Amino acid sequence: MGNKQTTFTDEQLEAFQDCTFFTRKEILRLHGRYRELAPHLVPLDYTNNPDIRVPPTLIVTMPEFKENPFRDRIVETFSEDGNGNLSFNDFVDMFSALCETSPRELKTIYAFKIYDFNRDNFICKEDLKKTLNKLTKGELTPEEVTLVCNKSMEEADLDGDSKLSFSDFENMVSKAPDFLSNFHVRI
Amino acid sequence: MIILQPSNYNDAKCNVFCVFLGHHVDDGPQRRPNRRQGAGRGGAKGRGRGKKAASEDEDEDDEDEAPRGRRVANKKKPTKKRGGDEEDDSEDEAPKRKKKGAANRKRGGKAQESDEEDSDVGKGRKGKKGGGKKGGKEAEDTKDLNKWKSNQWLSYEKSLFLGESSGDLFGFLLLEEVEEKKKLIATIRNKPWRMKRRLLDLKEAQEFVDKFEGALGKGKGRKWFAYKVMMKKKWIKFQRDFENFRTACIPWERKIKDVESHFGSSVASYFIFLRWMYGMNLVLFGFTFGLVVIPEVLMGLPYGSIPRKTVPRAEQDTAQDYSVLMDFNGYCKYSVLFYGYYNDQRTIGLLKFRLPLSYLMVGIGTFGYSLMVVIRTMAKNADVGGGDGDESEFTFAWKMFTSWDYLIGNSETADNKYASITTSFKESIVDEQENQKDENIHLRRFLRVLANFFITCSLGGSGYLIYFVVKRSQEFANRTDLSWYEKNELEIIMSLLGLVCPPLFETIAELEDYHPRIALKWQLGRIFALFLGNLYTFLFALFDEVNTKVQQKEIITRYYANYTLLLNGTGATPPPMSPADVIRGPCWETAVGIEFVKLTVSDIQVSYLTILIGDFARAVIVRFLNYCWCWDLEAGFPSYGEFDISGNVLGLVFNQGMIWMGAFYAPGLVGINVLRLLSSMYYQCWAVMATNVPHERVFKASKSNNFYMGLLLLILFLSLLPVVYTIMTLPPSFDCGPFSGKAKMFDVIMETIDLDLPAFLGTLFSYAANPGLIIPAVLLMVLAIYYLNSVSEAYQNANMELKKKMQMPESKPTKTKPGTASKGVNLERDVALASPNPNGRGPVSRPPGPRGPAPMPGDGPGRGRGRGRGAPPR
Repeated sequence: MGNKQTTFTDEQLEAFQDCTFFTRKEILRLHGRYRELAPHLVPLDYTNNPDIRVPPTLIVTMPEFKENPFRDRIVETFSEDGNGNLSFNDFVDMFSALCETSPRELKTIYAFKIYDFNRDNFICKEDLKKTLNKLTKGELTPEEVTLVCNKSMEEADLDGDSKLSFSDFENMVSKAPDFLSNFHVRI
Repeated sequence: MIILQPSNYNDAKCNVFCVFLGHHVDDGPQRRPNRRQGAGRGGAKGRGRGKKAASEDEDEDDEDEAPRGRRVANKKKPTKKRGGDEEDDSEDEAPKRKKKGAANRKRGGKAQESDEEDSDVGKGRKGKKGGGKKGGKEAEDTKDLNKWKSNQWLSYEKSLFLGESSGDLFGFLLLEEVEEKKKLIATIRNKPWRMKRRLLDLKEAQEFVDKFEGALGKGKGRKWFAYKVMMKKKWIKFQRDFENFRTACIPWERKIKDVESHFGSSVASYFIFLRWMYGMNLVLFGFTFGLVVIPEVLMGLPYGSIPRKTVPRAEQDTAQDYSVLMDFNGYCKYSVLFYGYYNDQRTIGLLKFRLPLSYLMVGIGTFGYSLMVVIRTMAKNADVGGGDGDESEFTFAWKMFTSWDYLIGNSETADNKYASITTSFKESIVDEQENQKDENIHLRRFLRVLANFFITCSLGGSGYLIYFVVKRSQEFANRTDLSWYEKNELEIIMSLLGLVCPPLFETIAELEDYHPRIALKWQLGRIFALFLGNLYTFLFALFDEVNTKVQQKEIITRYYANYTLLLNGTGATPPPMSPADVIRGPCWETAVGIEFVKLTVSDIQVSYLTILIGDFARAVIVRFLNYCWCWDLEAGFPSYGEFDISGNVLGLVFNQGMIWMGAFYAPGLVGINVLRLLSSMYYQCWAVMATNVPHERVFKASKSNNFYMGLLLLILFLSLLPVVYTIMTLPPSFDCGPFSGKAKMFDVIMETIDLDLPAFLGTLFSYAANPGLIIPAVLLMVLAIYYLNSVSEAYQNANMELKKKMQMPESKPTKTKPGTASKGVNLERDVALASPNPNGRGPVSRPPGPRGPAPMPGDGPGRGRGRGRGAPPR
């Protein structure tokens, strides 16, 4: 770090590297990005782990997210309080889970949580409808939406309880060719 | 008294126990210490168990926040420990005692002979110390003592039953736990927990490992063990630093990311490929320049010293003309860039550098290295492949959950993506509603056949055109009054073909109406065929030329022979002659090299000009003329260009093929190529960002990365063939290049073996080159390939079987709940781990019981507990 002010101690950086898929440089860059969002809020010095949260309204303005139809859900999923306020830890956590090197299992877990809009640990028809409307910007007619939701549910629901449990979801996603390449955000 | 009785009993037992263990039993203070010993051991065991149980609890705790988890663990530890010793030692004391124990154990290790007992004694002493300190306090409170002693009794009982092995057991448990913690440290990044909790857990685990890992070794091995542990830590640290350094060295990460967010991953895949190519060429460049060009420049004879390094008298007047230099004639031709410049001296300079050998080795090594890298990358890519996309059982679900590209960060791209997703949904709906339209199928098939017919025609046409042009250029070569067009006809025609044909193919491909991803592959394949055809026609024509030159060479050698005969006949010494005046043969290697360099350079020019005109000028016109035009230029006819992925990728692959082929005859070509790739990266990045618009139907280049690699591999093989052919069969020119004077190029190797290596190695090589040995070796290799192939097939079959078996239990209870339910709950727990969102929103307030079909015993409560806890602690 040299003459620059230290943002993290070496131990902190090591710990972050152990806990995420990032290198030292990337973590520092993440901090830069995080600070960029709210320069008045986030201090440069993180050596004493200040408890600071950036509200979701600021997070979703990041170019990585601003076009993502699920941005609010992503931020909510990764925030500790569930409202989308992200501490730096959550922020790093989010990009670590979404980065290229994170394993399929981890990504599946978080994807499930993102698509589970009402957080009942199941993806039900309502969740599917919401997902579909976000994906297509409401361009489909209600009949089409219902048809697509029914079809997807039919395809993926193995135990026939007309909602997708995590195992259903995992089974479906594990065979998807595009999941890994699509479900990642580069920072 | 009631207290005494058990205590006496205790002592008796304890003595027995101690004797059993081979302890020194001295009478006085021994009572309490030994008690403590048992307590310590029991406690330790209890603690071990407690901790483990606590950590298990932590695992089960779904909505547990890190600090809370920690607190719970702390709370639980003492409770569990109470089973073993109900004493005053607080949580903080435990580590201290352990440390002391470890320290004491060292001393104990010297005193005792056997290693097994060692740890036990250590614990005993540890107990002694701890006990001695606390003795007074304990005696004061009889009630506590009472309780304590009865507990002691229990723990003694236990230790007695377990006998000697209890010490080992402790060590074993510790070892196990250390291993567990280590595993946790290694995999913590894969855990779906909150970062805060991960950080805390990590810290805890690291502290634990730091503290106890060193204590695990025994006896003499301990120091070594500690050393090993230390070195391992250092090694890990080093690895991480190295990894950090390595990622810092990867260039253009940001640039590619920018492109990716604007144009989606298919365009970015081109740039990633370009970067990969640059890396590979950099290595090739390092080899070629480090081992061939630079030694020649530094240690070889200077320019003008011998004929092959001098411009001939006839050419000297024009040798510096711009047009001549641009054709790579004149001074360019007689420079290190080309084969002909190199001398056939066996060794050069003070270092006795064997240049000809090094030249040949680098030529072959270039191919070897490229082959290795390409195949390795392919294997790696195939590994990442992951899910098998051929099962189409999840059409809608996949579209729903995996179609959004999270990388998109540009509103235009996003709009296109929305549109394409909507269309794809609509398409699937239509497909679903009416499965097939029969009348269309025939028409489509007809159109596809027609399209392929057209394309074959144009491929054949272009091949013939090139052959015709090459033939004509050979005629031209004998004339001197050539116009600029006639001189450059070949390059112009080839570039034009490369320019015209791909869009033509694309237009024809409209007939076929494929999905863009499939269309891209077809397009790639067709353009590839075009390029390949062109390249090979060019090569065959070139070989014709080479053959005529080889014949010419024979005439000149004959002339030389006569000349020397004449000289010898008259007995006069030859008059001193300037190297520029010496009659020389046609150096066909240099001629081939020049052809390749010219082709490469014209390729660079054409592709850069295409970008400048086709994209940049178009974009400028569309952008600025739009203000004063009768129709909307941006939305209407010319609009902005799209980035042509297939054309660019193939251009790159084709270019690389020429580099591979030409590098042997023109070592400078590799340098030119590196410059080209470098500039191309910046130039194309700029061009794509400034002038292009995202594709109308944004699609993913899924796995086509390996498709590019496959093309590259094919090109590599195809470019390997002519080079190896020339090396093995054609005689090298007699008066230029490092192999002049040899019958075949590879004679250099024979020469090295004969002259530089000891004699027995030479005989060894001659045996090895014996057909009697080579044929069995080849047979063996074929057998090995066959064997490995069948093994891999068997593995694949086994894989398929396993997959089927895995799917069976999933699909069997399709409509019955319990089977999947249990699995569901299990997995759900993992999900729940990751979902600490217990704030009162919607269904969270639901009671845990009825949710989820038949929760596993013991699992439900854990989850429920976590859920019921309410808001996370701050």
